[in-house]
Amino acid sequence: MERFVDTFFNASVIASTWPKILSGMLITVELALSVVVTGLAFGLFLALIRTAQIRLLNAAIVVFVDVLRALPPLVMVLIIYFGLPNVGLTLPSFAVLWLVLAAVLAAFAEEIFWAGILSVRRGQWDAARSTGLTFPDTLAFVVLPQTIRMVLPPLVNRTIAITKNTALGTVIGVPELLNQATTAVSFLSNATPLMLAAIGYLIIFVPVVLFGSWLEQRFAFRKA
Amino acid sequence: MDAFIEQFFNLGVMAKAFPLLMRGLGMTLLICLAVIPLGFVGGLLVALARLSRSAMLRISVRILTDLFRALPPLVLLILVYSGLPFTGIRLSPFTAVCIAFFLNSSAYYGEVLRAGVESIGSGQWEAARSTGLSGRDTFLFVVLPQAVRNVLPDLVSNTIEVVKLTSIASVVSMTELLYSADMARSITFNASPVVLAGLIYLVLLWPAVRLASRLEHRVGT
Repeated sequence: MERFVDTFFNASVIASTWPKILSGMLITVELALSVVVTGLAFGLFLALIRTAQIRLLNAAIVVFVDVLRALPPLVMVLIIYFGLPNVGLTLPSFAVLWLVLAAVLAAFAEEIFWAGILSVRRGQWDAARSTGLTFPDTLAFVVLPQTIRMVLPPLVNRTIAITKNTALGTVIGVPELLNQATTAVSFLSNATPLMLAAIGYLIIFVPVVLFGSWLEQRFAFRKA
Repeated sequence: MDAFIEQFFNLGVMAKAFPLLMRGLGMTLLICLAVIPLGFVGGLLVALARLSRSAMLRISVRILTDLFRALPPLVLLILVYSGLPFTGIRLSPFTAVCIAFFLNSSAYYGEVLRAGVESIGSGQWEAARSTGLSGRDTFLFVVLPQAVRNVLPDLVSNTIEVVKLTSIASVVSMTELLYSADMARSITFNASPVVLAGLIYLVLLWPAVRLASRLEHRVGT
């Protein structure tokens, strides 16, 4: 037991590494927020474009979504981070990770928003249009409010799953939470920084997970 | 433009890396073969525990699934692979991957399966029990098949996620698809092998993604 505490919760290691872990945590939060905001906004934008029913654009969106759903994010991160400098374009590792994760989230969010928009009954559109609302007004004030309610639980769960991938940043040297921890582990030959990192992730993501389950229960509609 | 093709779609480099990547693909499939059933069975146990009469069991499993859904899988993997050796437990990369994926995917499959089981009305249970089926048989032969059908889209898309996730095994130097591709990249100073790996993942997963997306939209309407 003593050995376990010494390995995973070593007080002197905690004292010497917590500032690093905290700075990593801040970068993780920064990355996560940038990914969530840009990814969801772009996903919603794509779903809205899709309602215009322009065949060529729709096909392009479907291809974009499919490819980003099928490719592991780590593959894209490596291609962009190690490939682009050789053609004369060097992006900081933070930007690479942000771009990839935001694009992945946008793809998944588009699918979810689109499914939500489709599930709003045709009659809602017809009724709104017949009262004199324009197409954009119908979309914004009648269809989207109903859509958001319906898609919120799956959207939150998906967003958490994708945002957690900020830990992949450690592979390309983004100084985020996991990276700070693994660096400290190899310096100190002690696993305590890893435990601190794990606790850091729990502090960031457990509230969001709980929020997700609460939404699910609140908006659940059960089949008989 | 030429430099771009040279760097990302270099057919010569791709051809040379191809055999290596194929071996990597074999390992990726092997990992999938191990971790998908592990996660599914784990998920089944989680779903059962969440429906159990014992409040202790329900709450502790609930807390565990929430924890594992909040923890990035890569953190879990590194914790198992590089954390445990400090206590004297040394694991092979494959075992570490299996353990980390089991913990992570059980939580996700568990949530999906629980939603499926909850979608089956109690009338099904009662009717099945009244014909003389045992509780276990009712669950396995009456409730589970219907539950799986109800949450099929989520099961498919969750499985796609697990397959994609096997790429993080490269971080603990398992010679799977991405690891092999990245090795070829660092030898040739050319990103084409990784692009080729991406194409292989696409070929492997695109049909599944199409299927998932069609199932999702059908259930939605």
